[in-house]
Amino acid sequence: VKTADLIDVLAQDAPVRWRLPSLLAVAFAVGAVIAAVIFMFGVGMRPDLSVASHTMRVQFKFLFALTLLSGAAGAVTQVGRPEFGRSGLGHASALGPWPFVLAVAPVLLVVAVVAELIAMPARSWMPRMIGQNAIFCLTIIPALALAPLAALLLALKESAPARPGLAGAAAGLAAGGIAAILYASHCPDDSPLFVAAWYSTAIAVVVAVGGFAGPRLLKW
Amino acid sequence: MKRDADSARGQDVGGWAREGEWTAWMRAANSGDSGAYRRFLVSVTPHLRAMARYRCRVAGASEGDAEDIVQEALLAIHLKRGTWDQSRPLGPWIAAIVHNKLIDSLRRRGRHVTVPIEDVIETLGAEDHADGATQGELDGLLAQLKVRQREIVKAISINGSSVRETADRLHMTEGAVRVALHRALKTLAALYRAQTA
Repeated sequence: VKTADLIDVLAQDAPVRWRLPSLLAVAFAVGAVIAAVIFMFGVGMRPDLSVASHTMRVQFKFLFALTLLSGAAGAVTQVGRPEFGRSGLGHASALGPWPFVLAVAPVLLVVAVVAELIAMPARSWMPRMIGQNAIFCLTIIPALALAPLAALLLALKESAPARPGLAGAAAGLAAGGIAAILYASHCPDDSPLFVAAWYSTAIAVVVAVGGFAGPRLLKW
Repeated sequence: MKRDADSARGQDVGGWAREGEWTAWMRAANSGDSGAYRRFLVSVTPHLRAMARYRCRVAGASEGDAEDIVQEALLAIHLKRGTWDQSRPLGPWIAAIVHNKLIDSLRRRGRHVTVPIEDVIETLGAEDHADGATQGELDGLLAQLKVRQREIVKAISINGSSVRETADRLHMTEGAVRVALHRALKTLAALYRAQTA
């Protein structure tokens, strides 16, 4: 096959079937809906959510998960572009606000933990951190994250990530964020100490799974 | 000989003089203009060729392999063009795609190389108008396609048929030919990946 002939073939397949942002948006929506349905039927919200959601601790849980999710979502829209993270391409300024948002999440967590430690007596720290549902939290967040992670990886398979491992990890972080928001509406353990210990661990598991899957699934 | 960041970002300087044209053609192509798409591919190929030749020379691979690398890069540009953000310059995107394929191809040929992306940007400025004959890597991969897909690719590449003519000749609908053609190209990319040195 001469190169000119190959070009004839490619030109006959001219229409672009998808653009990465729309593909990812669909994956996000589908993954989140599946996770929400599984959550509503399999786990359910806590019965006192409408009252509890007026407390600062519960609001913080949502705020933390939401910050993480929006930062990760921004990252996912970038990691599938081939020039992302390449030195010498001069693009750092074009990343948008998400690296900043992503950096805010751990800061929020540290501030909340310190506030909790100051406000609460030392003997209540351990029970607050251990909570009632640690194992459940560690199981349900990764389980709820499976569908969004799969959907995002599937969409990223069509992309051209310069760093497939990083792309998979970003997908894992976004999926973990979706799962954490859902789980936060069930979990009766509201202390930032619990969030720092178990939510973080559970989300880290999902990030690790994504980071492991990335180089295997996203090569192009 | 490093270009400054501005030219890498796509100002019309030196060898990148065509980037403005390429960007316009790619935008038109994305909204379905296959003539513009063709002009873009034809125009970018001599640049890919010059770079592939140079890289093969540096890595100690046979220069005869360069055209196979060009074809693999063209296929990658084609299949991944949905990842180009139209609001961004096209040059860095092409350089990144080509960089990735170049490293894959040379690795498959047993050359463990690191290619600084700055070099890719640099050498994309040159042109090489060879006749485009290859060692036939793509022919080998074509042979692994399903019969129907291979017929379609050959009809278009060798006879220069359009999708419509191919559809008539194979008694298929145009839509079916388009789908089969796209699948065939995706399969070819997968076959490239699956190859070992």
